Amino acid sequence: MSAIGKPPLACKPGDYKSAVKPIWCPGCGDYHVLMSFTRAFAQLKLPPEDVVVVSGIGCSSRIPAYTNCYGFHGVHGRSLALAAGLKVTRPDLTVVVASGDGDGYSIGGNHFLHACRRNIDMTYVVMDNHIYGMTKGQPSPTTEPEFDTALSPGGTGVRPFHPLVVALASGANFIARCFSGDPNETASVLAEAIKHPGFSFVEILSPCVTFRPDESAWKDMVHPAPVPETSDQGKAARRLMTDDGFNLGILYRGSRKPYQPPVGTTSIDLAELEKDFEL
Amino acid sequence: MSKAPGNPKVANLNDLLAVAYQIEIDAVDRYNLLADQMETHNNPELVKIFRDLARAEGIHGEEIRRLAGDFDVVAHAREIAKFKRSESPEEADLSSAHYLMTPWHALQLSLGGEERALAYFKSIVEATKDPKVKAMAAELVEEEAEHVNLVNRLLLRYPKPKDNWADDLDPPVSQE
Amino acid sequence: MGASPSISIAIVGSGGTGALTTGNFLFEAASSAGWLGVFTRTMGPQIRGGEAAALLRLAVEPVESLPDQFDLLIGIDWLNAHRFGAEIMVGPHSLVISDPRGGEPPPIVGQSGARVIEVPMKELAKTVPDGRSNMVALGIAAHLLGFTAEQLFAPVEKRLADKGTAAIEASRAAIKVGFDAAASLSFDKHLAPPKPITAQRWLLSGNEATALGAIRGGIRFAAAYPITPATEVLEWLAPSLVKVGGVLLQAEDELAAINMIIGASYGGTPSLTATSGPGLSLMIEALGLATSAEIPIVVVDVMRGGPSTGIPTKSEQGDLNIAIYGMHGDAPHLVLAPQSVADCLFTTQWATYLAEATQAPAIVLSDQYMGQARAAIERPADVAFIGKRSVAAEISGPYKRYAVAANGVSPMAIPGTRGGQYTADGLTHAENANPTSGAADHLKQLDKRRDKLDNFNYGDHWASVEGSGDLVVLTWGSLTTTAREAISRAAADGIKVRLVAPRLLAPVQPDQLQAALAGAKRILVVEQTHGAQFHRYLRAHYDLPAPVRVFNRPGPLPITAGEIHSAIAEWK
Repeated sequence: MSAIGKPPLACKPGDYKSAVKPIWCPGCGDYHVLMSFTRAFAQLKLPPEDVVVVSGIGCSSRIPAYTNCYGFHGVHGRSLALAAGLKVTRPDLTVVVASGDGDGYSIGGNHFLHACRRNIDMTYVVMDNHIYGMTKGQPSPTTEPEFDTALSPGGTGVRPFHPLVVALASGANFIARCFSGDPNETASVLAEAIKHPGFSFVEILSPCVTFRPDESAWKDMVHPAPVPETSDQGKAARRLMTDDGFNLGILYRGSRKPYQPPVGTTSIDLAELEKDFEL
Repeated sequence: MSKAPGNPKVANLNDLLAVAYQIEIDAVDRYNLLADQMETHNNPELVKIFRDLARAEGIHGEEIRRLAGDFDVVAHAREIAKFKRSESPEEADLSSAHYLMTPWHALQLSLGGEERALAYFKSIVEATKDPKVKAMAAELVEEEAEHVNLVNRLLLRYPKPKDNWADDLDPPVSQE
Repeated sequence: MGASPSISIAIVGSGGTGALTTGNFLFEAASSAGWLGVFTRTMGPQIRGGEAAALLRLAVEPVESLPDQFDLLIGIDWLNAHRFGAEIMVGPHSLVISDPRGGEPPPIVGQSGARVIEVPMKELAKTVPDGRSNMVALGIAAHLLGFTAEQLFAPVEKRLADKGTAAIEASRAAIKVGFDAAASLSFDKHLAPPKPITAQRWLLSGNEATALGAIRGGIRFAAAYPITPATEVLEWLAPSLVKVGGVLLQAEDELAAINMIIGASYGGTPSLTATSGPGLSLMIEALGLATSAEIPIVVVDVMRGGPSTGIPTKSEQGDLNIAIYGMHGDAPHLVLAPQSVADCLFTTQWATYLAEATQAPAIVLSDQYMGQARAAIERPADVAFIGKRSVAAEISGPYKRYAVAANGVSPMAIPGTRGGQYTADGLTHAENANPTSGAADHLKQLDKRRDKLDNFNYGDHWASVEGSGDLVVLTWGSLTTTAREAISRAAADGIKVRLVAPRLLAPVQPDQLQAALAGAKRILVVEQTHGAQFHRYLRAHYDLPAPVRVFNRPGPLPITAGEIHSAIAEWK
């Protein structure tokens, strides 16, 4: 069932797009993210049938059906767990998990910690638009505290979540931030993330044209990170703690060995197991 | 940073043709994508405009392929023509699309793309030492200038929309 | 006087005296000698040092239920033993051995009319270097039950093998001291001789049987989040899965566990998790996802006292409602319930087979009583139920994951199969798996998921239907063996009673139950719940063609065979 023995396909980005037309609003950053996905897969020449895109619930989580890969559009916040079960039993597949700031950092927060900690080989892409788009504009864990919404009039007053810091502290092996408005650069980072063993975390700032029209300013606020990537956790920690939220690039690349729980390589006779019980 | 190249290096004529080709092809994809978005969001007037623009760019792309002769400009383009930030110069900026956009907006998008392409090829004319590259780039400059004029003429037909062009009395809908 | 088909013993002690260890040794010795039976425990809430009672029933025929009264109760000490209440009930024919320095026996002892004899077990233990009072108690029990002291040495030596010869010697000496001290005691109950051993005998708990059944059924991935009383299922699976080429992943919570097994199953591996009521509550949303996306999974719920945190160490049957009705929307799926420790193996294996065959989730409702009881049983026969999923292997042309076909089961493309790419979804979808909100598609898929389960031929395993008679005892789960015993007692009284116990609770089998109840004149529903969940389930889905009485009581006390027998006898 793996790519072994299958004739290689000449992979163009178009080969990774399905015929389903996205329902994202015109102007949504996620169109560019989809472009980055297909370009990254093409760059790596991955057979589409060997890639699984796993998602939760939210606008960004719609992405699997827009690709020509296998996909799983699961329940809210649990995509990392589903992907973990899939990857440890099918290490031959390339597993990419797609989420948003609500699905990934709010309801999915606990699974985020443990996914970083476990360091199973997979790539986690969070399309962060600092808002809950699908449900019409409530604050997310990354929304600015003063941002006025119907659910939190006058703003939440609560400090935003710093996902890159949390990822580093929890053990993620690759941490990057991209901007949807630069799909080629994002595609390159994604390709690196997929190639890098262990848990790779890529946050993509992806503006929401409908509920955060102010985010059209992001294209002028993002900038390449002023320092090169580091593999030093202390340096990375200091950098990420003072990050302005718009530094782009691969920020941390670690060397933790990816986790794979013991998988039996032999298969004993079931009767052997029964010896436990015999009188 | 990633290992993607900066704006592609044009070292010779084949490079230039490949880059020019990629610019057109990226534009075709982008206009078709915008047309699809307009179709999904029930804006038929804009569907037609974007399909027309896509077709036009496709014709430009074919012309470049002919200019390239036997050289496999398609494969070479895939190798070298990777643009960072704000995409391909001629490319329409997807983030400025809107489901209620008017023909004026579409043409502004297109105009922006053509003007950037024009500036890009001009910069090659200025920078290059290769006479063949200079000549071809100058031709491309003229081409792009014609495209700019064409878009401007089209814009005469469509006035700038009023300030309330994006008004939609219906509220957004939550799908999940 | 005379040989008895079964004898029951309870051993009580606290603060690390080792009452449970004593019970275990007795059970192992008896099993090795050829008797069958069951061994359960009841404890206080402390992690260590709490009050504990080992509860055993030894018999010639297979038994799994505890008695109404214990024939022999040994109190190594009585600290906090009053908390056990009726769990250590004795009667006028019982013998109680009490250590005079071990505190006062609980009030039920005095009220019962049982014969109480004092034996200073702690003092006797001191006569031997490193002697322990629980070994003295073991010796006493051995003598009273008609064992030789040597018969007890074997399991003790096995268990203390790594503690050195001094420890073994001390134990043997203490057993001997107790054995000799019991010589002067009279106890007129003797076990009838065991039957000759013709088949391999096993000693195992329901949780262990569940785990082995899973592996036999083809499970090769488990996600684990511990919870009392299910943890042992997962702990047995952890090394065992690896040995058969599988893998177990520890999850951060039940939400992760259920989603992990969905992911693994989507990737082609039959998968399982085990939990209890609170965990099942957390898993409900994802069970709906597996139902909608048609992903086979097995979830074992070892039921405990509820609601909410409830009584984690006690048994109850109160998760029936959530297992059958818990999912939002209309989400038909499989619910099965094993009927004994041995049946935990078969039912889990069968559940795996059914889940894979129908591409649906299966909930297996075990309970704390079966899960943590150890039973001496004959080795269960191998059965041919091994999960086999319908897989789309060679795909040419557009692939429709959820194509409506004859039996409702559509071949599943496993990731890696070229041409089979689809996105599994909890959103309502069309045959090609694309999300849709259209009426026709929604109805088509609802019908498909219902019909694939309704049309499946489950055969005779759907229920235990035994005996004949106007009176039917209609029950389920661990109460099946208890009811069986009550029915055989009634038969001895000349009352013919039928037993009907469904093993497959969902989808419902109305035709089969109608046939099983044909001719019934009285129906006695027995269940261990406060809200009569099983009775309401029966009323909702089945015709009950005769007058019904409901005997329902919540945990923590087990419903005994004696109580069911009385209910039968009273209803003429």
